[in-house]
Amino acid sequence: MPLAALVWSSTKEGGRGFWDAVSAPEAVSALKLTLGASVAVALIGAVMGTITAWVLVRDEFRGKALVNALIDLPFALPTIVAGLTLLALYGPASPIRVDVAYTRASIVLAMLFVTLPFVVRTVQPVLLELDAELEQAARSLGATERQVFRRIVFPNVLPGILSGVALAFAKAVGEFGALVIVSGNLPYKTEVSSVYIFSRIESGDPAGASAVAVCLLAISFGLLLTIGAVRHFATRHDHA
Amino acid sequence: MLRLRTIAFGYLAAILLGPVSLVFYRTFENGAGAAWAALSTPETIHAFKLTPIITAIAVPANTIFGIACALAIVRRTFPGKGLLNAFVDLPLALSPVVVGLALFLLYGREGWFGSWLSEHGVQVLFALPSMVVATIFVSLPFVTRAVVPALREIGDEQEQAARTLGASSWQTFRRITLPAIRWAVIYGVILTTARSLGEYGAVAVVSGRLQGETETATLRVQERYESFDIAGAYAISIVLAFMAVLVLVAMTFIKPREGTT
Repeated sequence: MPLAALVWSSTKEGGRGFWDAVSAPEAVSALKLTLGASVAVALIGAVMGTITAWVLVRDEFRGKALVNALIDLPFALPTIVAGLTLLALYGPASPIRVDVAYTRASIVLAMLFVTLPFVVRTVQPVLLELDAELEQAARSLGATERQVFRRIVFPNVLPGILSGVALAFAKAVGEFGALVIVSGNLPYKTEVSSVYIFSRIESGDPAGASAVAVCLLAISFGLLLTIGAVRHFATRHDHA
Repeated sequence: MLRLRTIAFGYLAAILLGPVSLVFYRTFENGAGAAWAALSTPETIHAFKLTPIITAIAVPANTIFGIACALAIVRRTFPGKGLLNAFVDLPLALSPVVVGLALFLLYGREGWFGSWLSEHGVQVLFALPSMVVATIFVSLPFVTRAVVPALREIGDEQEQAARTLGASSWQTFRRITLPAIRWAVIYGVILTTARSLGEYGAVAVVSGRLQGETETATLRVQERYESFDIAGAYAISIVLAFMAVLVLVAMTFIKPREGTT
């Protein structure tokens, strides 16, 4: 129901009004930045998330349960607090003299923080189920670590990585709380779409906000369908 | 092996542990007294009262809806089931600001319900009701997502047995289904609570951020930050982070049990 109202409001001024609102320079620049940063986050997250999941499953070390629990922290922590904590370490008052506040790097950093659990949590169960003997067999047959990963591990965890990445991407595109504080919201420079929508609402332009919001809505829905398709394919693969 | 472990740890430390521990340090740098003083201003106290109120309404509502929804998805077949399945997940993938905007349009002065509501003297936007609805919306999927696999796993043989022995559907649900899925429900409730306590984007849009009136704890963090009261923002953040840690502890304890039931 609320979503119907959203779509209705965006088209109230006709296709022309919708197009004008979406193609406003500030809106386009915000959308480009959002998508660009999200792609970067999805790629970094896929690699680091897979490594982290692999370490958590195959490696043995003290405090593993603690590290495992910490992975969920970004989920439990309010996003606005996440933004604030990142700024504490990587902001103007940084004790390690790294100041990325109000830059695009800070946007990627904040998105990485809030999406940390997604890839780890989708890859982890797959790795747990994947028989370690398979990897050992490959190794005893003379495969190098790289070959084991590329031939055995990777094909099996790929559906997990993909659905995790899609979720992380969706979350990154829509992220707001963590970005409000770290990005500084400079139009054309560090203003992402969600912040742009918010500022359009605040300045009394709900139609302009709706048009961009519908774009984000379409992206979210498309990603959900993709995840559904990936899951469907992955399970069908199992049964075959 | 060791190299991968170093990479993973380094990444976690840079993204997660470093920032969070630094905020802890900064908050208590000037002693616990300063942090306490920042927390005990009237607006902050009000914010910390408002957040639990919203959570207390949103969580039970979503628990009931979530269980009903999971039952519908797993046990029933009806047209549009796939669509329902996709829609339940939507709040996970959708920007909270978009959610807030949608409600804003629906209940605003020119919205579909807005004019009717204001004629009858009901204030929804910039007041508690819209904030509750926004919170319910963003925390919608968690109970359903936790309960669906549990329902699939227990199967429906026991339920059918109960029904052939003459139990009504309510009796079947209360005596057979609910005890079997209780850990999944609790897990979902914990996630819902965490999301409700921490919601920011959707609530920021619909609340109007009126200090001492519609300002929740998370909104208060930003207000303090924007007023250059970093210590105050940190102090509130620490309380919220502490709640998050409680949630984590609860999650860790419940997860393994889920598998054994």
